[in-house]
Amino acid sequence: MATEILMPALSPTMEEGTLAKWLVKEGDNVKSGDILAEIETDKATMEFEAVDEGIVGKLLVEAGAQGVKVNTPIALLLEEGETADDAKLPASAKSASEPQAEKPPAQSDAPAQSAVEAVATPEPDQSPDWPEGTPTRTMTVREALREAMAEEMERDPTVFLMGEEVGEYQGAYKISQGLLDRFGPRRVVDTPISEYGFAGIGTGAALAGLRPIVEFMTFNFAMQAIDHIINSAAKTLYMSGGQMGCPIVFRGPNGAAARVAAQHSQDYAAWYAQIPGLKVVMPYSAADAKGLLKTAIRDPNPVIFLENEILYGRSFEVPDLPDFTIPFGKASIARPGRDVTIVSFGIGMAHALEAAETLAADGIEAEVIDLRTLRPIDYATVIASVKKTNRCVTVEEGFPVGAIGNHISAHLMENAFDWLDAPVINCTGKDVPMPYAANLEKHALITAAEVVEAVKKVTYR
Amino acid sequence: MVRKPAAKQSTPNVSKDELLRYYRDMLLIRRFEEKAGQLYGMGLIGGFCHLYIGQEAVVVGLEAAAKDGDKRITSYRDHGHMLACGMDARGVMAELTGRIGGYSKGKGGSMHMFSREKHFYGGHGIVAAQVPLGAGLAFADKYLGNDNVTFVYFGDGAANQGQVYETYNMAELWDLPVVFVIENNQYAMGTSVKRSTKSTTLYGRGEAFGIPGEQVDGMDVLAVKAAGEKAVAHCRAGKGPYILEVMTYRYRGHSMSDPAKYRTREEVQKMRDERDAIEHVRDMLLTGQHASEEDLKAIDKEIKDIVNDSAEFAKDSPEPPLDELWTDIYATDVPQGGAEQNA
Ligand SMILES: Cc1ncc(C[n+]2csc(CCOP(=O)(O)OP(=O)(O)O)c2C)c(N)n1
Ligand SMILES: [Mg+2]
Repeated sequence: MATEILMPALSPTMEEGTLAKWLVKEGDNVKSGDILAEIETDKATMEFEAVDEGIVGKLLVEAGAQGVKVNTPIALLLEEGETADDAKLPASAKSASEPQAEKPPAQSDAPAQSAVEAVATPEPDQSPDWPEGTPTRTMTVREALREAMAEEMERDPTVFLMGEEVGEYQGAYKISQGLLDRFGPRRVVDTPISEYGFAGIGTGAALAGLRPIVEFMTFNFAMQAIDHIINSAAKTLYMSGGQMGCPIVFRGPNGAAARVAAQHSQDYAAWYAQIPGLKVVMPYSAADAKGLLKTAIRDPNPVIFLENEILYGRSFEVPDLPDFTIPFGKASIARPGRDVTIVSFGIGMAHALEAAETLAADGIEAEVIDLRTLRPIDYATVIASVKKTNRCVTVEEGFPVGAIGNHISAHLMENAFDWLDAPVINCTGKDVPMPYAANLEKHALITAAEVVEAVKKVTYR
Repeated sequence: MVRKPAAKQSTPNVSKDELLRYYRDMLLIRRFEEKAGQLYGMGLIGGFCHLYIGQEAVVVGLEAAAKDGDKRITSYRDHGHMLACGMDARGVMAELTGRIGGYSKGKGGSMHMFSREKHFYGGHGIVAAQVPLGAGLAFADKYLGNDNVTFVYFGDGAANQGQVYETYNMAELWDLPVVFVIENNQYAMGTSVKRSTKSTTLYGRGEAFGIPGEQVDGMDVLAVKAAGEKAVAHCRAGKGPYILEVMTYRYRGHSMSDPAKYRTREEVQKMRDERDAIEHVRDMLLTGQHASEEDLKAIDKEIKDIVNDSAEFAKDSPEPPLDELWTDIYATDVPQGGAEQNA
């Protein structure tokens, strides 16, 4: 059987090339490794070697031929005793079939659907987070986070905490206070200031089956480690064809604290929410902090858990249940209303709720939705609300370009356009690095007053 | 703590004027920092504020080894470095209070100040980020062909960041004129050096890259100066970087909000009583009969006036106008680059 020699692709981007020179002629005996030709690609001139043995029967493309498409037959290699005329071109070689683009399987966690795919919006799940009549305890966000970690460490011996000052110092923000005493240094691990290193070590431990909780003293310092978060933790499951799960939680305070200037005040919600393979949680209340952190620790995926220093000391009611969790992808309606939908998350909720209170005094009833998780996002609850109110304002602390609010707006355009009576307005932090001066800082941050103003715009008041 | 015997015995060839200058410069830093702590307590300074009290001899000794044109860069614990390189106490204090008269017009705060005039490149909040940046400053000087040296200050905690070692490798590979100054004050927040590394010395880590280095008694300004001169000579001779691990101690908490439970009060007190760098120079001045108690009192008074004046200025300087929120995000007539002053 004669073998066709095809024009090779000699670089990842090569689609065609020039057959600069033949180094064999018809009738030559070749064995594998012999150089057959010189081929010019878009980048360089390369030597092209024979893979099979045989006799060069026919050169199908002349030396100097330009624009020879990859996979075009350029020569025929004959076996002993064959002639070029005997050899018929095998039909299959005629045209390489175009690879068919396959649709990704529908997945509940995949939030970014295109307009074409998003046909029907599922019914929102607005079941209560805990059964009615459950007793509650008043607790700070700090205590709730600590309890969540302690309960999960109690429940699962593979869960451990690592980070700077988490042990002996009792946590830079006291989230891990008492955990070293309770669980010992094997499970509460103090690290040197080596974020890139310990984020990688945590990721490796997760690949090997442990369930690390990696605390960043603040998420500003996670920028040192972002390569491992994204390239190692978020992508390995996919790159390994589903073999290598990475059950890890990266957590710590995110966003602006008070008066700590540009390098220590930034909201990373939109950054991480962009990454497929990560789950992103940003709670506001203590109950959500607890229920979602427990879910995060149990999740088989890398979870970015964005806390907030200013919220650590705030108190909320937390249900007194032995094992309280909140599922990802379920927004909560923090305040029902009929006139406008305010979508927020994290500390943005404080401004959203304050604005709603002010607006109520003006006779505008805002429905305030706390997204709670940004990947996955509960679009259904947002859309159902907008279909009722016909107006939407988003509120977040992060920068305005590429904000979560931008994404919500785009999703509403695609999926609820006919229900909108006004353009969606995104309230965000200002498009400037965080200043130190007290007066400037106040203006850089999002405020309830700005939310009120935006609502008045979309309600044409 | 100090691994080398204290150099208290020696009053080597040092002039009276020199000693008086070190005394004055160290005292200015101490009094300034005490005042900053006070203003913080009054709510005039916010956020993070990392004081340099206890470490004064490090920067004063090294500045004594610097010449005009040399550069310096450090972390968020930066007030002392700024005063020592000649930056104005008023401008520093007003930045601490977030006022328009501050070095960054109030936009940087305690951790982020800069002065192109004094070749002070900040003021960096991310632990160890200043290390490659500082090597880059030295790269520029080498590129421009001058003989300036850059002092890169970083902490014992920062020494555990990976970027330090990438920088060491390149700095030695390219013979960059940079002195890596590890201010080993024994603690990174609440983590003592012993709890963060099993390396017995931090300067010794340079060996793997071919960078020479040594440990220095950072409570002795003369020892620091001598080591600085040696390091600088190495750099200026084109032999590449040098590491000084300066053994020092911070008396105050990591920042204003540090409860400092990781060390005993006795440990701190002992250091203050037995090793204080300013007291050491004071002793030398008095025992060498270079100055009388009266002379020193006059200096104390002079320093106090400078510091009080800076505090008044920092209180009176107005807050930045709101327009400042939107300025300095992009440059129009690119003021960057050391070339214009150094070429
Ligand atoms: C990348 C990064 N991680 C963590 C922090 C928080 N942090 C600020 S200072 C500090 C300790 C640094 O100690 P050291 O380098 O010894 O300097 P010192 O404060 O003693 O001068 C830490 C952990 C930070 N600013 N940047
Ligand atoms: Mg230190």
